[in-house]
Amino acid sequence: MHPILKLVSQRLALGLLLLLAASALIFVGTQILPGDVAQSILGQSATPEALANLRKDLGLNEPALSRYFSWLGGAIQGDLGTALTNGQDIATSMGKRLGNTLFLAFWAAVVSVPLAIFLGLVAVRYKDRWPDKMISAVTLTSISIPEFLIGYVLMYFVGVKLGWAPSVAMINDSMSLGQKLHAIALPVTVLTLVVLAHMMRMTRAAILNVMQSAYIETAELKGLSSFQVISRHAFPNAIAPIVNVVMLNLAYLVVGVVVVEVVFVYPGMGQYLVDHVAKRDVPVVQACGLVFAAVYILLNMVADIVSILANPRLRHPK
Amino acid sequence: MQDQLDYLAKRASAGKLSRRDFMGKASALGVSAAAASTMFATAAKAASHKKGGDLKIGSTGGESTNSLDPATYASQVPYHNGRQFGDTLVEVSATGDIEGRLATSVESTPDAKTWMFKLRQGVEFHNGKTMTGEDVMKTMERHSNEDSKSGALGVMKNIESMKVEGDTFSVTLKNANADLPYLMADYHLIIQPNGGMDNPAEGVGTGPYKMEVDEPGVRHMYSKFANYWGDDGHFDSVEILAINDATARTAALQSGQVHLINRLEPKIAGLLSRAPGVSVQSTPGRGHYVFIMHTNTAPFDSKELRLALKYAINREEMVEKILRGYGSVGNDMPINAAYPLFDSSIPQRMYDVDKAKEHYAKSGHDGSPIILRTADGAFPGAVEAAQLFQQSAQAAGIPLEIKREPNDGYWSEVWNKQPFCASYWGGRPVQDQMYSTAYLSSADWNDTKFNNPEFDAKLLAAKAELDLTKRKALYSEMGNIVRDEGGLICPMFNDFIDGVSDKLVGWETDPNGELMNGQVTRKLSFA
Repeated sequence: MHPILKLVSQRLALGLLLLLAASALIFVGTQILPGDVAQSILGQSATPEALANLRKDLGLNEPALSRYFSWLGGAIQGDLGTALTNGQDIATSMGKRLGNTLFLAFWAAVVSVPLAIFLGLVAVRYKDRWPDKMISAVTLTSISIPEFLIGYVLMYFVGVKLGWAPSVAMINDSMSLGQKLHAIALPVTVLTLVVLAHMMRMTRAAILNVMQSAYIETAELKGLSSFQVISRHAFPNAIAPIVNVVMLNLAYLVVGVVVVEVVFVYPGMGQYLVDHVAKRDVPVVQACGLVFAAVYILLNMVADIVSILANPRLRHPK
Repeated sequence: MQDQLDYLAKRASAGKLSRRDFMGKASALGVSAAAASTMFATAAKAASHKKGGDLKIGSTGGESTNSLDPATYASQVPYHNGRQFGDTLVEVSATGDIEGRLATSVESTPDAKTWMFKLRQGVEFHNGKTMTGEDVMKTMERHSNEDSKSGALGVMKNIESMKVEGDTFSVTLKNANADLPYLMADYHLIIQPNGGMDNPAEGVGTGPYKMEVDEPGVRHMYSKFANYWGDDGHFDSVEILAINDATARTAALQSGQVHLINRLEPKIAGLLSRAPGVSVQSTPGRGHYVFIMHTNTAPFDSKELRLALKYAINREEMVEKILRGYGSVGNDMPINAAYPLFDSSIPQRMYDVDKAKEHYAKSGHDGSPIILRTADGAFPGAVEAAQLFQQSAQAAGIPLEIKREPNDGYWSEVWNKQPFCASYWGGRPVQDQMYSTAYLSSADWNDTKFNNPEFDAKLLAAKAELDLTKRKALYSEMGNIVRDEGGLICPMFNDFIDGVSDKLVGWETDPNGELMNGQVTRKLSFA
């Protein structure tokens, strides 16, 4: 078997085991939380009778272990079940939210990844001169400010005062792509500012590291321009750590944007998950957890494989 | 006759009938000149509303877990959803009277035990079916039967039997209740086809707007229902957006993305009222913020200690600092002037350090810190309010220790379980319902564990008392009992604070609920 194929299949199997462990952890977590779904649905207006009726209807009187295994049995067959709180099909309603989250993450990545790498290259080219210092200062400042604050500031100046982009980033099926992009302009900006510094600094550090190698000196001596040296010789050798940090940030764009979603009222997965955790709607929390865990595991796997492919020594092990 | 009058009013509001003609035809039906004149004015007002436009509301309290099933409504977005597609039998008007909706009139037997609702005829559901008495009966059954998990179950418990005869739906009660029509105005009791027994969450009702899009926690979209029975509801479409973040909600109103928002924070309401293009509507209501003590648990089982704490809270300061003036002081009873039959002669309890010291000394408390539990979610500003309380009590030598609890799980683990905590009540349309819900010794939500036989007896007597003067006297005595004996510390009644775009006209003050008791989409229109 080709070593790469072998590696991928090993990683996939490990990923599945991790998913199983994650689902068990999430289930235990939701059981430890105080109150149950019946109590949360009825809230302050819960009477003991209504509670008992609801618990019976939702099957909460079954022991926890058998509830977990009946959920697991369904999930393995691709049936995520229905939400306890409003009876909607989880796969359908979550699919829509996941689509929205991926849409936002995709456009944020389209803007931020090339921008970060480009800025990283520029910073290396003008190392320790004013462009390098300015890029570092601006991106480090933007990563240090909490994202909700950047969100509110943009909302006030760009959304309310200038009126360039809507302050509420609600998208729905009846909108055209252009309208959708206009609607998500502000959250994409915020996300870009948040992830930019990490990727930019990593690009800069990785390339600077490579720049000290002997073959770079050779390239310089044979008369290549400094940008050519960086993009042709330094960048390909620095790709592994850069891909790693890019993947981590992509994972953040998918699973870590709850705050940005709440601030801009964006109908994504984050808000969907928080609502259901608050209501102790275990099947939905499980499903969301699985999706998030899968995204994380998958992106990390991609990062590993790319760094192996990018390195001839790892590609042809002796 | 009612049908003919409705017809005339409709023609008048459509501009097809002059005032003179309307008055003539109405008096021919036996209506007095004064009444006919009022009717014409109402109809003409409806005519002056501009029709059309797409209304957008930004509301807090919308979660992905929401359902359109009226039995499950517990937060604001579902409440407003129900107001769009559904109708109740009767509604409480802004002045506190009972107004017919799907019932045209209400009568009772003299003992207030049997109530007859005359049902409106020719009302069409959004699925094309005509509403029948059977639909009404099934709806009430679904909210009151053994399997019910309805938020209205508490108000339905007293019903012994129900029946439908022709166009009359009648309810017989176990115990007399002179306020039954107010209970039937509960927003959960939306009449659904076959009572919603088949598919409670389908969002089909008789309301002015028909459900088009249902995305829980995101948006709900409605379009005007062509065969709606009433003449209100002037918009082409209504969209309710779930915007839970207060800053985002305010920004959406200011940038014109929505026309109405609810639950403005008091601290930004003052600033927003100076912004162009929008206005802030503050409505005194019946909701109140409270600190509740379990009267059966030490040390709160001592009446002296309860009184000491009641004298040790500075109500004016709370209204000024927590509500920023958008509210009024409470008087340690759950009733204020927004309720019918309120006795305004009951003296206001003030912050009094000397009396607090005196009662504290009499209580013989050992001086150990008294634990007060609070959370941001108990009511807006609950943590700050507890700190103010701690300071004012400190001045009287009463040590309070604040224990901050997480919002998550507060209503299941702290409220109604711990002996002293912060909480809120939304208020009820009438005094009887408020007292029966939370102060009757056998009530499920008796969150002060109040057990006073004299109070219980008076409450039962007041229920059956149709003489308003006598009832008012009974309520006054009950208010005094709760105020002096009860476990309730009520520092303030909060206003409903809504934000309204200047593009809308027709705003009226309605103390029954936020956004004009949810009637904004029916009564407002674009200018």
